Amino acid sequence: MLKDITIGQYFPGKSPVHRLDARLKILLTIAYIVMLFMADDIKGLGVCICFTFMIYIISRIPLKMMWKSVKPILVIIIITALLNLFFVHTGTPYFEWKFIKITDKGVQTAVFMVVRILCLITGTSLLTYTTSPIDLTDAIERLLSPLKKIKVPVHEFAMMMTIALRFIPTLIEETDKIMCAQKARGADMETGSIFKKAKALIPVLIPLFVSSFRHADELALAMECRCYHGGDGRTKMKQLKLKLLDLWGTLFLIVFFAGVIVINKLG
Amino acid sequence: MAIIRTENLTYIYGEGTPFRKVAVDDVNLQIDEGEMVGVIGHTGSGKSTLIQHFNGLLKATSGNVYIDGEKLWDDKAKLRPVRFKVGLVFQYPEYQLFEETCYKDIAFGPKNMGLDNAEIDRRIKETAKMVGITPDILDKSPFELSGGQKRRVAIAGVMAMEPKVLILDEPASGLDPKGREQILGLIKEYHQEKKNTVVLVSHSMEDIAKHTSKILVMNKAKLFCYDDTVKVFHRAAELEEMGLAVPQITRVFNRLKAMGCDINDDVYTTKYAKELLLKLLAR
Repeated sequence: MLKDITIGQYFPGKSPVHRLDARLKILLTIAYIVMLFMADDIKGLGVCICFTFMIYIISRIPLKMMWKSVKPILVIIIITALLNLFFVHTGTPYFEWKFIKITDKGVQTAVFMVVRILCLITGTSLLTYTTSPIDLTDAIERLLSPLKKIKVPVHEFAMMMTIALRFIPTLIEETDKIMCAQKARGADMETGSIFKKAKALIPVLIPLFVSSFRHADELALAMECRCYHGGDGRTKMKQLKLKLLDLWGTLFLIVFFAGVIVINKLG
Repeated sequence: MAIIRTENLTYIYGEGTPFRKVAVDDVNLQIDEGEMVGVIGHTGSGKSTLIQHFNGLLKATSGNVYIDGEKLWDDKAKLRPVRFKVGLVFQYPEYQLFEETCYKDIAFGPKNMGLDNAEIDRRIKETAKMVGITPDILDKSPFELSGGQKRRVAIAGVMAMEPKVLILDEPASGLDPKGREQILGLIKEYHQEKKNTVVLVSHSMEDIAKHTSKILVMNKAKLFCYDDTVKVFHRAAELEEMGLAVPQITRVFNRLKAMGCDINDDVYTTKYAKELLLKLLAR
């Protein structure tokens, strides 16, 4: 049951999008978000939709993954749509009843907002779909490294993140084992009220805490044995280097970005 | 009468995904009441998956499991009583300890059974004595104890449910030789005293040879054989082929016999070997 949870959303692959430098990918994602918010009419947004679909196709991530990324925030999208629908009162009304007033402008804004959020979520999800969590933390560390100048412990944060990611599958496996062991002693975790179910988790959570501390202890010792002393002077096994491909990727986004700006100016 | 019986038991992990793996393949077996059974097999041969079917933790992909004549999974509500009837001690059971005191931790199982306090108290005292936990340890936190003591408390937690069948997955792993001997000794004592069925999964052929009367061999998800200890160790060549070894002493005697020495080849404990050798030397 617990084994079905996929950690991170990484989809291994060899497409050009996968092979882009992770640092650049983060920057491009930020640029993509800026592009989305610069597009101020439906035509500009059309360019963004086009872009989103194209990178999905290039990266060979199945299109159904778009739906998977949207699903968790479906409620927010619906609420946004409804709020815009009912509270934008400018423009010509389609329908009026007591305090409810739906106008053509309202419908337009609602559609516009929904499409923008959809693009935002599906587009940014592609970053995690095509970049392994380890590459991602590595890239974040590099991008934030200027902050070291003002004494922000960037390396330590990145290391913490890497360790956390590394231990998620281990902890899931352990939870599974402990749950089985307690079930074998007659623990009942499926039936009863929410309160009862929460209480039934205690026999699972306490051993889990204990083993997390044990893991932390062992890991700290192992790191010390390998003379780990933080980020100073530490070299990387995987050197991030910009390639020709990264130039093409950037150009690709610039073309669409320019398209949005031109449409804004014309419209 | 058979206490555990399986019928074409098959279990497949990750059916319908690229990670599909047959863990238990068409296993038919019958374990009689009061037996002490050893389960051996290579890592990944399906031992652990198999035993998790015996108390309904896993549901067979196909085939059936009968405990005490009753078919599992027919009625989901009846699964919990089965877990009290078939006690399962996992590998490294000390990782399941969670209560403030050992006493409370051992009480967890019996409490889940819905027993009254007097009965729970009786069972805790009895099992604690059996596994060699003194009353002063019972009031301590399980996290203060040594590894060997933790393991005893955890095993006691299952024994206190007084299951008809006690299954132990590698109960002695990770302990020093003395700790191993003690744990296995107390399990054997428990078996002899209670006359209950015990299923012991182990990697150590010496332990299995010394303590069990029958052996169940798993190989590549299939049941290779289930027979008397003597008969199983007689098939040394086949066992070695699947990466399992017979006890060291059996290897020595097999070799002696191959070299033309007139000696029995059903030797699998040092005690018996000593007797035989003394007899041989006296001749």
